[in-house]
Amino acid sequence: MAVGLTLIFGVMRVVNFAHGDMMVWGMYVTFLLASRAGVDPYVAFGAAAAALFVLGLVVQRGLVDRVLDAPHEMQILLMLGVALILENTALLAFGPEPTRARSTLAAATIWLGPVFVDVARLIAFGVALALTAALWLFLFRTELGRLMRATADNTFGALVIGTDVRRVYAVAFGVGAACVGAAGALVAPILPWEPATGLSLSVASFNIVIIGGMGSLLGAFVGGLLVSVAESLGAVFLQPSLKELASFSLLILILLFRPAGLFGNGRDG
Amino acid sequence: MRPALLRLDGVEAGYGDMIAVRGVSLEVRTGEIVALIGSNGAGKTTTLRAIGGLVPVRRGRVDLDGTRISGLPPAAIVAGGIAHVPEGRQLFPTMTVRENLELGARTPESRRRRPETLARVLELFPRLAERRRQLAGTLSGGEQQMTAIGRALMARPRLLLLDEPSLGLAPVVVAAIFENLARINRDGVAILLVEQNVTRALRFAQRTYVLENGTIALEGPSARLSADERIKRAYFGR
Repeated sequence: MAVGLTLIFGVMRVVNFAHGDMMVWGMYVTFLLASRAGVDPYVAFGAAAAALFVLGLVVQRGLVDRVLDAPHEMQILLMLGVALILENTALLAFGPEPTRARSTLAAATIWLGPVFVDVARLIAFGVALALTAALWLFLFRTELGRLMRATADNTFGALVIGTDVRRVYAVAFGVGAACVGAAGALVAPILPWEPATGLSLSVASFNIVIIGGMGSLLGAFVGGLLVSVAESLGAVFLQPSLKELASFSLLILILLFRPAGLFGNGRDG
Repeated sequence: MRPALLRLDGVEAGYGDMIAVRGVSLEVRTGEIVALIGSNGAGKTTTLRAIGGLVPVRRGRVDLDGTRISGLPPAAIVAGGIAHVPEGRQLFPTMTVRENLELGARTPESRRRRPETLARVLELFPRLAERRRQLAGTLSGGEQQMTAIGRALMARPRLLLLDEPSLGLAPVVVAAIFENLARINRDGVAILLVEQNVTRALRFAQRTYVLENGTIALEGPSARLSADERIKRAYFGR
């Protein structure tokens, strides 16, 4: 999910405050498919990604496009507005109670040597790894992906060579949203959620992205690993409810010593 | 007389409330080299950007082959055959030289002929062939300028817009770049050159326009302008 946020920020310099809420919608899409159509959450993730791709495209084309040249405050207000709308629509449609998507696969656990592994988490990790690899291939091996990197690198340069920058933006936003949609589907069987979960998910992914370095894909991935390790250790050595203490302390530490984040180049301020 | 490839007629353009160019009219014919000189802030860069669709044309019009292109997006203007080598090169610093060059081919036609054009560009700039796997941001200024020119050539243009190609480069490097530009022109590519190095511009171009405060103050064959008293006084201090 942090990878999606990175993509959107890296290419467009727009901070997607609705990221967590988009993820919650990915979870609800998975939930609907699982409870109404009996589709296993791990199969539904493709559908969740597709639905969020469309949502991302619509948000970009309909809204973000109009404020791209506006001051940053405008973009922030707009994205906060989108976040509010997504959260409250979810509230209206699904109610405030926590939900969980059931997967037959997720119930199982296996022993890997001396460690006890939750199959759901293993699948989530594996698929996240595969998706990051797929995204990497897309960005480095396809023409559209290269254009996206070029636009992230130098938007004016991309315009000069005759790039339809608005189209690149729309795809970047769509792909970024699809990443969170897939992420939502993957954690739906692990993590019970409610409409208000979006905000804490947004905060968590900002934390990851800032630790990794704004606009760096590798940074987002490594940041995600670091944050989850820090939180697990925090939960073990402090108290489960204090696990965020560990991840935010990590954030402060990294900002003190590497203000641009682990893999940031500092050029984005 | 050869037909006008590019024609600007009373073009007014600028950023926001600031009008940098007021009523510029000029012409570039097929295969010709034309220079646009003038002091800092005279509107040279804005003129090139207005042609490329990067700055809106407020009044007047820009025609390519007699068809209006002002108001079209940059992508359509590039597809029409005008490639821009912008001020400051505007490369993609975290991408390789090869990626930078290949991205220059945006239209279906230029993408189809990409391997052939790339070979030609690398032949023109052997240095880029050596550095093709290097990131563009790590190149020297001269190499970056070559990459920017090469990237523009990948679009297979009929007209090359060059914005200050000599800026910040050592004289030897500048000479090499102008030699390459002459070869590119012999391949049939017309050039509209914006240059602060007036001596070099006048020597390189067949015709020259002098821009002052956003309008054309003088124009004519470069040889005649070189001898013009006003040019001598303004640019050579004699």
